[in-house]
Amino acid sequence: MKLTLRVWRQKNADADGTMSTYEVDGISPDMSFLEMLDVLNEQLILGGEDPVAFDHDCREGICGACSLVINGDAHGPERTTTCQLHMRSFKDGDTIDIEPWRAAAFPVVKDLVVDRSAFDRIIQAGGYITAPTGSAPEAHATPVPKPDADFAFEHAECIGCGACVAACPNGAAMLFTSAKINHLNVLPQGAPERETRVLDMVAQMDAEGFGGCTLTGECATACPKGIPLMSITSMNKEWLRATRKVAKR
Amino acid sequence: MTRTVWDSTVGKKIVMAVSGLIMLLYLVLHLYGNLKVFFGLQAIDDYAVWLRNVGEPFMHRMWTLWLVRVVLVVAVVAHAVSAYQLSRRDIKARPSKYVRKRPRATYATRTMRWGGVILGLFIVWHILDLTTGTVHTGGFQDAHPYENIVDTFSTWYGNVIYIVAMLALGLHIRHGFWSAAQTLGAGSRTRDRALKATANVLALLLTVGFISIPVGVMTGLVS
Amino acid sequence: MTSYLDYTTGEPVADTKAPAGPINERWDKRRFEAKLVNPANRRKQTVIVVGTGLAGGSAGATLAEQGYHVVQFCYQDSPRRAHSIAAQGGINAAKNYRNDGDSIHRLFYDTVKGGDFRSRESNVHRLAQISVEIIDQCVAQGVPFAREYGGLLDTRSFGGVQVSRTFYARGQTGQQLLLGAYQALSRQIAAGNIEMHPRTEMLDLIVVDGRARGIVARDLITGQIDTYYADAVVLASGGYGNVFYLSTNAMNSNATAVWRAHRRGAYFANPCFTQIHPTCIPRTGDHQSKLTLMSESLRNDGRIWVPKAKGDTRPPNQIPEDERDYYLERIYPSFGNLVPRDIASRAAKNVCDEGRGVGPGGQGVYLDFADAIQRMGRRKVEEKYGNLFDMYERITAENPYEVPMRIYPAVHYTMGGLWVDYDLQTTIPGLFAVGEANFSDHGANRLGASALMQGLADGYFVLPATINDYLARHPHQEPVTDDHPVVQEVLAETGDRLNLLLSVDGDRTPDSFHRELGELMWEFCGMARTETGLRKALERIPQIREEFWRRIKVPGTGEELNQSLEKANRIVDYLELAELMCLDALHRSESCGGHFREESQTPDGEAARRDDEFGYAAAWEFTGTGEAPTLHKEDLVFEYVHPTQRSYA
Repeated sequence: MKLTLRVWRQKNADADGTMSTYEVDGISPDMSFLEMLDVLNEQLILGGEDPVAFDHDCREGICGACSLVINGDAHGPERTTTCQLHMRSFKDGDTIDIEPWRAAAFPVVKDLVVDRSAFDRIIQAGGYITAPTGSAPEAHATPVPKPDADFAFEHAECIGCGACVAACPNGAAMLFTSAKINHLNVLPQGAPERETRVLDMVAQMDAEGFGGCTLTGECATACPKGIPLMSITSMNKEWLRATRKVAKR
Repeated sequence: MTRTVWDSTVGKKIVMAVSGLIMLLYLVLHLYGNLKVFFGLQAIDDYAVWLRNVGEPFMHRMWTLWLVRVVLVVAVVAHAVSAYQLSRRDIKARPSKYVRKRPRATYATRTMRWGGVILGLFIVWHILDLTTGTVHTGGFQDAHPYENIVDTFSTWYGNVIYIVAMLALGLHIRHGFWSAAQTLGAGSRTRDRALKATANVLALLLTVGFISIPVGVMTGLVS
Repeated sequence: MTSYLDYTTGEPVADTKAPAGPINERWDKRRFEAKLVNPANRRKQTVIVVGTGLAGGSAGATLAEQGYHVVQFCYQDSPRRAHSIAAQGGINAAKNYRNDGDSIHRLFYDTVKGGDFRSRESNVHRLAQISVEIIDQCVAQGVPFAREYGGLLDTRSFGGVQVSRTFYARGQTGQQLLLGAYQALSRQIAAGNIEMHPRTEMLDLIVVDGRARGIVARDLITGQIDTYYADAVVLASGGYGNVFYLSTNAMNSNATAVWRAHRRGAYFANPCFTQIHPTCIPRTGDHQSKLTLMSESLRNDGRIWVPKAKGDTRPPNQIPEDERDYYLERIYPSFGNLVPRDIASRAAKNVCDEGRGVGPGGQGVYLDFADAIQRMGRRKVEEKYGNLFDMYERITAENPYEVPMRIYPAVHYTMGGLWVDYDLQTTIPGLFAVGEANFSDHGANRLGASALMQGLADGYFVLPATINDYLARHPHQEPVTDDHPVVQEVLAETGDRLNLLLSVDGDRTPDSFHRELGELMWEFCGMARTETGLRKALERIPQIREEFWRRIKVPGTGEELNQSLEKANRIVDYLELAELMCLDALHRSESCGGHFREESQTPDGEAARRDDEFGYAAAWEFTGTGEAPTLHKEDLVFEYVHPTQRSYA
């Protein structure tokens, strides 16, 4: 396959960026999208040019490092991560636009690499259960009903890639934040911090400069792990509940 | 608590949801009352007089009406201010656009902001036209809605403004009602279809209901 | 100059920390004997932790909870992305919830036997003891393990054992455990107890007066090279499987931290013990950048087969039952498809070498779920393995519910690593190694679902108890500053190395060298090793290294995000480590676990151990690049599990 790539190039956080055009040839449909970019980069290095910087690590769709907007879609046309997207999803002769996640809270670091540390700070604000090592009771002391365990798991699947923010027209982090809140708040172990968790995490989300939710549903459509839009509804319910409860204290 | 709500994006959305639902409830009652126009001059004019006397003798004349008006103004202002602040925040959170972007959200979802602005402007015109009569053409008479309505819908621009606004209203309610349910945490997987259907039915009923009035005037059913 | 192969044998090395006495009392005894640091003094002591995977994340969080000042590093943009996240299958624990005869002693026994009697009994027994606490800890943190309808935890059985002791969270156990540790870490970061440096890579170790006192690290965004000082340094930087270029490791997982520590004096033990995982997705072509593992749990319900006839190219569904060879069930009737990883991998290689492999290039065998789907129904299979099946389909565009999967072995885990004693301390005082970075618990082969167990045991429970002892004995260490001659030297070396990489301006990319080295290693130091092959590799590696320094091309500068420079610098270390791996493999002329020397096999082709000659762990001491290292042997004593020929028939 022969392809034309239009790639966002930006020297560093302070520089202006622009779309640059490159041609790549000899692309096999079995290649992953990132392997196609590897081919481009080998070509660029040998030609004495700076290779395109992009985040990637596990290339198995689980670490959440890869983060490209491909033809306007976060992680490209299939519902998966960029590293698990294969070139068989494209046609010979296609022109492909490759851009970084775009959101004020995710500033571009270089080329296609963005800074997602805002997500870490949201988790630090309350996305945990306080259980210091050694303090745990016997695992079977508290049974968890299977539907609750499944609900927790479904939300715990979030890989923190940021596709939800990239896809959201408001650059909102509601889906990411809600996934963690729902995971922990439904479990009996998470109950003691249920109110502070949702209030603090939402406050941190706002402080990071993410937008608000207009329920366009773009986030859930882009999510490679299928975190449902309803996750946001559950978080809103938790937030309302917590606000009322804390006001009564 | 007020502070927590107002300072949070989630809280402000709750303000929008609650104020939106208040306005929606009002619209349903408003439509119900105004459809009396099809029962003739006497029916709707009597209704207009009754509105001014609701609750007597406990409430003084006009008090109930003013109470409703105050609630509505508060709702409109809260809705608009929240929307404005949230929109500014949203635009700031996504400063640059993608080179290529296929919008996936529904038309109703994407038009919430401009639809809201159109509705805001419409409300101003609507009040100046049919409540205060400031911009009314053809001689405004207080508490005589039948003739006022006929006047307004006898002009081409009255019809155009009104019909466009009602279409915008339909779209706004279609996404807004369902969205409010999500914001208030009332949505769930099992309830989602019912909520979406309710939103569609409400949007359709209100749009068709309100538009039937100018159409009635145009077709001579109301004259 | 003497040849690299002429290694010398130095003084034996011994673990002096494990107490004597009954094995089940040793850990308690050690914890009691270890000195403690007064809680008020802990905040005055700093511990550096490199890596945020299961071992590093859990260690950092726990040390910070205890009150130490922790300075932690990861090269990823967030501590949540460490490669532990990709572990799929599960975590072992001797809870015996199934009442199926499991016990701490059985987990201990299985691990020592599974490791083919090349691990230290004291360490393995402690691991089995702690396994029980890990599950409690993780549940308390909110890790959403699979549960049964009664609300209790579900378990399954996993490669190489006959009890059901593996706890899991669908096919994402590693992810869920890592996020648990990451969340605990996040709590401590928010509390100000951990100073976290993401996107920062350790490039060297600072050893002052014989003790580990800090590291040199590069900020990957600005390129700034900085020094960080501490009272103790913990390496939790993972394994070195990426020497092979193609492996199931993350693209950026690397050996720099452990190799630099080795160069500064830490012994490197059993470098040739590499685990080749039997169930990976076969490669599709030269462009392949990494291999993807399919959880071993698939072997619980899938059946492995190849056609009986050579060169049978019919589609799998058209090959009748009596023309299929379910070779694992045939050769190992009692364990069948659940034999340990090394055995399953080698069996796959053998049938492919016979010309009975399937798929492009004949480098694959079938893993068939047709029977499982018939027995349990598609829904149940989907519930158990849905995400794995989806992943397989995404990569290969084949639907495993209809066509059998194709699998082939791939490099997955390295049992070797920095030599550590019972306290997890390396031969450099004050330098500790946890998780895959050390060599301690798995011997010559790791059992499935034991890596997660070891990482968390080290990080949550072992290190926090043992590091106290070191810190208590060295309470007031002289502060080290940048103008110390040792620091100046380390900084200069690091800077020079990077500058040299940037200045060669040759005509070959870093990847091209990495690929070349990887192919060489896979061929000669992979699933089956021979003396001739290893000698060939040992001849070739210095040549590649020489060519590397002549022809490497690294664009850009060192003062920016430069991913080519990062890669090239990691390859520098792979080119040295690969040599040691081959030498270790050459010197160990027996077969054991994942290390299979063709010269040493039983008549029916199984690995033949030679306990009299090789019943030791080989700890290598660095003497200079390309120079013959010194071998220190740690004799392994088996008091509780007596070495026998492993038999899974």
